[in-house]
Amino acid sequence: MTAKVVTITSGKGGVGKTTAVANLAVALAADGKKVVCIDGDIGLRNLDIVLGLENRIVYDVVDVIEGRCRLRQAMIRDKHFQDLFLIPAAQTRDKNAVSPSDMVRVCDELRPDHDFILIDSPAGIERGFRNSIAAADKVLVVTNPEVSAVRDADRVVGILEAEEKYSPALVLNRLNPAMVKSHDMLSAADVLDLLAIQLIGIVPEDEGVIVGSNRGTPVALDGKSRAGQAFRNISKRLQGQEVPFLDLDKQEGLWGRIQRLAGGRK
Amino acid sequence: MDATTPTIQIKGLRDSLLVTLGGQAWDENQSALLTQIDGRASFFQGARLVLDVGTQALGVDEMVRLRDVLSERGISLWAVLSESPKTEKTAQLLGLATRLSNKPRVEERREPAEPVSQETALFLSKTLRSGTRIEYPGNVVIFGDVNPGAEVVAEGNVIVWGRVRGVIHAGAKGNRQAVICALDLSATQLRIADEISALLKPQKNPRPEIASINKEGRLHAELWQAG
Repeated sequence: MTAKVVTITSGKGGVGKTTAVANLAVALAADGKKVVCIDGDIGLRNLDIVLGLENRIVYDVVDVIEGRCRLRQAMIRDKHFQDLFLIPAAQTRDKNAVSPSDMVRVCDELRPDHDFILIDSPAGIERGFRNSIAAADKVLVVTNPEVSAVRDADRVVGILEAEEKYSPALVLNRLNPAMVKSHDMLSAADVLDLLAIQLIGIVPEDEGVIVGSNRGTPVALDGKSRAGQAFRNISKRLQGQEVPFLDLDKQEGLWGRIQRLAGGRK
Repeated sequence: MDATTPTIQIKGLRDSLLVTLGGQAWDENQSALLTQIDGRASFFQGARLVLDVGTQALGVDEMVRLRDVLSERGISLWAVLSESPKTEKTAQLLGLATRLSNKPRVEERREPAEPVSQETALFLSKTLRSGTRIEYPGNVVIFGDVNPGAEVVAEGNVIVWGRVRGVIHAGAKGNRQAVICALDLSATQLRIADEISALLKPQKNPRPEIASINKEGRLHAELWQAG
């Protein structure tokens, strides 16, 4: 078994990197894969919260790198899945405590015993970002359908392409089909037109995502959630399966239909 | 210590260190530089490095590796100076400066190894993404898009076989005859010589356009007519 190292990054902050890591991790684990998540955001850790594991942290990735504990000791087992682990970031240190080759070393040590290593990159294009992509086999760039987020994603894609090692794939997060329809939001086509990279998933806007993050239960565990379904589909695509994209227009449900009928009567 | 690496010169600039490498192979140069640095770690810690590589042609891999080993030693590679067009291009793609600030010290501005004639052009077959800045003392031809946040500064003409949504500056040294043409010119800003136009509106059905300075001395764009 040789794990695939997948780094999730974005350029801009707040577009849903950590949420994506947590959801992809549980979706992969639900498919029986052995998964480790590494929080690469040293000093501003929060992947542990989204996974609901914050009160179990004893050691973190900086402790591993600086030799204060063994790798195994810093791996926190998930509440739901036997084969899902988190290596948390240090909260009291900064990005300079880790170097790109440290990350490569940690990942190489994890590779033989796992299927996927997911790395949650910090926002920005500085040291923390460099650390997070150093070991990557695959990079997912998360963006929102907003001009500012797309511009930053473009910058990140440019950096990744310049280094010729990575083939970035796009996760378009928080798309609101109704707003796209009324031309108040960039469509998936607009974003792809500019970024021109492989699309690996579109995640619809969903309040359940926030609720899930706060509870430490990622929405991918919720069989009914559309956003959860979108994350599960991305995890299948990461495993090399062909999965058709969700038809986002179809999901309006009862309330949407009532609204449309009400609107149609005007 | 210095006796082992006589071919590397280190000079302090105002806010950075200028390292001039000798003519030997890249690997030797790199290990010589690292020996120097490791020997005086505290001196180099936190430094901003300007690397003059002379005529060496460096690819992306080599430059990225160097930048990473430097950054692990707490040194940031800030600029790469070179007479090789390949190295300059690599550095620009990685977002490194390729010349020192050219306002106060004109003497440090480097001219390319061979003079650039009117007929030569830099050909780039890629989309320029946000944060990329291409500077060239001649014409520039881009086979791809120029995305928002990217900049092209050319002393000659700029031709883009693609969409322009970033900033283009043609005739940057004052050539008012320079033109900019593209399949879609919905640029955020165009400049020719010292004229600026930011009044270009995106079109629904883009057509090829040419921007130039007209008889009234203003920058304007018109549709390209075949024949």
